[in-house]
Amino acid sequence: MIQSVLFAGVGHLAQSGSGCLGPNGTSITGLCTSDNSLHMPVAYRSILPMLVLFIGALVLLLVSALLSKRSRPGLYPVLSTAVGLAALVASVWEWYDVGNRGVSTIGGQIFYDRFSVFFGVVVSVTVVLASLVSDSYLRREGLDGVEAYALILLAGTGAVLMAEAAGLIMLFLGLEIMSIALYVMAAYHRRRTESGEAGFKYFILGSFSSAIFLYGVALTYGATGSTRFQDIAGYLARNTLVHDGVLLAGMALLIVGLGFKVAAVPFHFWTPDVYQGSPTPFTGYMAALAKAAGFAGLLRTLTGALSSQQANWRPVIWLIAVLTLLIGSVMAIAQRDLKRMMAYSSISQAGYVLVGLQAGSAAGTAGSLFYLFTYAFVIVGTFAVLGLIQGPGEARNDLGAIRGLARRRPGLAMAMLVFLLAQAGVPLTSGFLAKFYVIEASVQRGQYPLAIIAMLAAAIAAFFYLRIALLMYAGEGEAAGPAPALEPAGGGAEAAGEAAGEAFVADGALTAGLQPVPSLDGATATLTWEPPPEERIAIPPAVAATLAICVVFTIAAGVSSPIIDFARHATAMI
Amino acid sequence: MGSVGTVGSVAASTLGFPILTVIVFLPLGGAILTALVPASDDGLARRVGLLAAVAEVGFVAYLLVAFKPVAGFQFVSQQPWIGSFGIAWKVGVDGISLFLVAVSALLFLVAMAGPPLRGSARAFMTWMLLLEAACIGAFLSMDLFLFFVMFEVTLVPAYFLVAGWGGPRRNYAAMKFFIYTFAGSAFFFVALLSLVFLTAPAHHGHATFDLITLTRLAGGLPHADQVLIFAGFAVGFAVKAPLVPFHSWLPDAYTEASTGGSMVLAGVMFALGGYGILRLGVFILPRGASDLAPVLLTLAVVGITYGAVVTIMQRDLKRLVAYSAIVSVAFVVLGEFAFSAQGVAGGVLQMVNESLTIGALFYMVGVVAERRGALRFSELGGIQKSAPILAAVFLAVVLSAVGLPGLNGFVSEFLVLAGTFVTHRWWAVVATTAIITGVIYFLWAYQRVFHGPARAANAAVREMSWGEIAAVAPLLAGIAFLGVYPAPLLDRLTPSVDHLLAHVQSADPAAHVPRISGGALSYSVPADQNVDSGLQTPAGAGATAAPVGAGAPAGAGSGAASSASAVPAAPSGGTR
Repeated sequence: MIQSVLFAGVGHLAQSGSGCLGPNGTSITGLCTSDNSLHMPVAYRSILPMLVLFIGALVLLLVSALLSKRSRPGLYPVLSTAVGLAALVASVWEWYDVGNRGVSTIGGQIFYDRFSVFFGVVVSVTVVLASLVSDSYLRREGLDGVEAYALILLAGTGAVLMAEAAGLIMLFLGLEIMSIALYVMAAYHRRRTESGEAGFKYFILGSFSSAIFLYGVALTYGATGSTRFQDIAGYLARNTLVHDGVLLAGMALLIVGLGFKVAAVPFHFWTPDVYQGSPTPFTGYMAALAKAAGFAGLLRTLTGALSSQQANWRPVIWLIAVLTLLIGSVMAIAQRDLKRMMAYSSISQAGYVLVGLQAGSAAGTAGSLFYLFTYAFVIVGTFAVLGLIQGPGEARNDLGAIRGLARRRPGLAMAMLVFLLAQAGVPLTSGFLAKFYVIEASVQRGQYPLAIIAMLAAAIAAFFYLRIALLMYAGEGEAAGPAPALEPAGGGAEAAGEAAGEAFVADGALTAGLQPVPSLDGATATLTWEPPPEERIAIPPAVAATLAICVVFTIAAGVSSPIIDFARHATAMI
Repeated sequence: MGSVGTVGSVAASTLGFPILTVIVFLPLGGAILTALVPASDDGLARRVGLLAAVAEVGFVAYLLVAFKPVAGFQFVSQQPWIGSFGIAWKVGVDGISLFLVAVSALLFLVAMAGPPLRGSARAFMTWMLLLEAACIGAFLSMDLFLFFVMFEVTLVPAYFLVAGWGGPRRNYAAMKFFIYTFAGSAFFFVALLSLVFLTAPAHHGHATFDLITLTRLAGGLPHADQVLIFAGFAVGFAVKAPLVPFHSWLPDAYTEASTGGSMVLAGVMFALGGYGILRLGVFILPRGASDLAPVLLTLAVVGITYGAVVTIMQRDLKRLVAYSAIVSVAFVVLGEFAFSAQGVAGGVLQMVNESLTIGALFYMVGVVAERRGALRFSELGGIQKSAPILAAVFLAVVLSAVGLPGLNGFVSEFLVLAGTFVTHRWWAVVATTAIITGVIYFLWAYQRVFHGPARAANAAVREMSWGEIAAVAPLLAGIAFLGVYPAPLLDRLTPSVDHLLAHVQSADPAAHVPRISGGALSYSVPADQNVDSGLQTPAGAGATAAPVGAGAPAGAGSGAASSASAVPAAPSGGTR
């Protein structure tokens, strides 16, 4: 079936003879001149970031083949970071090169516009951040090698291709390039069975979703006669389908396939297991990258190609968004494992991007783009912190591992606090503005219930973000028993209770500490029984730098407007 | 007022620098400095933090002196922020916010300097200063987005203040407080965005969050929209205040917080709710407000009676004070939604008074707790014998809380009840019972703590130290001053309240608004003769739309209309 669709797409391409089409189907000169699809000139500038990433991956592999194994331990992360930076530079150049045009190049299969370039920037930045944080983790776990960085770059290649795709076939191609790299990355930790399990689960379920996506491509092609977004949109604009069952089924399957990648409920079941099992820095990369690319695909498909079908897909996305927001937030509360908790948190965050998508407007798209860009920094940073505190062999991922972090590593705790507050959507962080932009777009379309649900989900989610924050800033045994609480200041950020508090502790300690309190408090108290690990957490310079970048960006994007202006310029879809 | 709209006037800034921006950023800068002090040197952190708080009080005192007793916003300064959404940094102060800012600055200083601190002074000072910046920033905001940001940002330091320095159940209390308020904000936020986007078409399609522009535009919204948006605002602020069905976070948070934390939570943060509903709710959406006023008045009366009953039943001194705050807040709302000049002025005054009184109360509770450990009534009693000064100061604060004539509580309670009586007689009648119940629970509490036989540890309670007396003295001075001579405050407050009510009247001519004239309580002449509905006049529109810099000249005739009967009919008024 796959082959038939592929051939169908190619056949159509040859048939329509589309070389380079502008927004109105008019031929655009300058990028390509020939209409002959058999001799397609390749406008390399339109795929520059992708080329940089891809060639970078090949160079990395080549270098490793030429050098003896493990001769240069720090070389690959440096190279990978450099490739990411080069892709970033290429993207920025493209941003000014493409201007406000939107042209399809390379046989009408690649769309060269600011939307693609925006994701070029997002992906390049994510690649850089991930390369920087992975090094120390991989060395600690004895997994150092070129493969990890080659996979990072290849996954980035696929992600950029998904954003650049001008049709469903290219979208699928990018999806597979990215996904296969991510499957391997999930299973990268050879000695942890969880990692292998994560990779296997991700692979099996991911393959299913890819197949479903392909079926959606086939049905959409059947209904509209094309796989190119422009042609689909054009066809649907010119024709009214009397029997639109095939199109609707195709649309539904496309939503399922891409919904799987972005971990939208009810296609999210793989997420907790995979996030928990994958090597921690890769989890952050996966969360940032797969979401960005998946939403790039969803935005192109739904608000781009199928924008005339808004009446059909917006209710569906509405329901998915509500489920994603609520189930993500509620399930995260019940988690005891930090990585699992962040997995559900990332599901909930996807819900907000869906809210922006659901608006189906330029404002909603801009909000979603802003969300994805800022979220990349937050989530990579979060998992970088988790990677540091979990200790060798990912020994501790439970909530107790982060307890008392403020005392041991105040700077690290402060960074984590910023990320947590950003995810909770507290003002003066990027997370607040991100939520503001998507909810604003939703309100603009009159979606008041959805907006209120989204805000209430933020309130639910605040619970577990704050619980982590509280654990970080809790002192040793503070809530667990009377003795430490009565001690004078133990130093650091924790307080041993001041006058009135002490008085309460004196006679209230029994109820507070020794008996399980059947409340929110009780849940926290029982967690605090474990003694905190006392080993000093080493913070490698590269991770420290990355965290600093993420924190600065998160706050800067939370108090200023350039990023949203950037996103607003990238919303033209077709 | 002249042709300038009732909401549009902006008085001149007489200063060469943006004092309000300084007032907002000073505690923030102090917080950053305090956080940079090495963790080992808690004494230095404390000094730096206190210095910032003292400087803040100094600036605010200067503001009080420089403030002119006229209606409209003063010292406005404006900077574009997120231009594409019409969001700006815009701060200004009028008679309503002026004293809330002043009392906040004072209370924060006392709360930081007064109670002895165990644990990290650095962290405590940092969070307190951040909270101060956010609270004062919210009071001064003239941009709704900025207000919301400040309003939400308060939650983070407040959360850590409760969770870090509180009693045994502090984690639970802090979490409950945060989540309640966050959930309440959901409605506020969506209502705010709805307001902005529904008014955008009337503003050339550009969204704006500017308070004055929105106030001008919101009048054009359909009636039902105004009511719904107001309802969204009301939920958010009712949780923050809190009003009765949304109050269940309050006893936990106020009781579990440390002394300093309770002082600012109960003394300053509640006012964000009371101020927000007036400034954003009533000011922008007067029709929604007048439609839903019966609901809010009823909730206030329910809060007063229910709160009183629950308070009487408390067996713990701190919890009793916490519950009594429900009654005080209900008085604020009662006054504000009476829509009479006395009522609204009384409501605002009540906020100022409650800040002083309940701040002092929590401070005194902290003093007792420090000596006795326990705060259960069953374990207290007879403290007066060994600590007469402590008892006397406590009594003074309690008398202020029960509304003894000559102290501050009396003035505001009287104004609220009188103001409510003229517009909503039966609500006032029920609310008056609070005068009696308040006496019952406060004096009874006083009696149980300080009188009677002194058993065991109560027999030898340490007297108040000079330091403690010095800490509570500013609050006591405020209590006495406002009780004896509230005129300076009312003089500055009344023009802004009249202004507000004139706006309510212009939006809803059916509302009959009795007003204060020259400090005496009187009825105004019928509205159509003295109230310009300049909102709708082109001149008013022009004046409001013009960007106002820090040094901009005075709005035309912005000083008028402070006395209702003296104002002639505006030339262009009444054209709706």
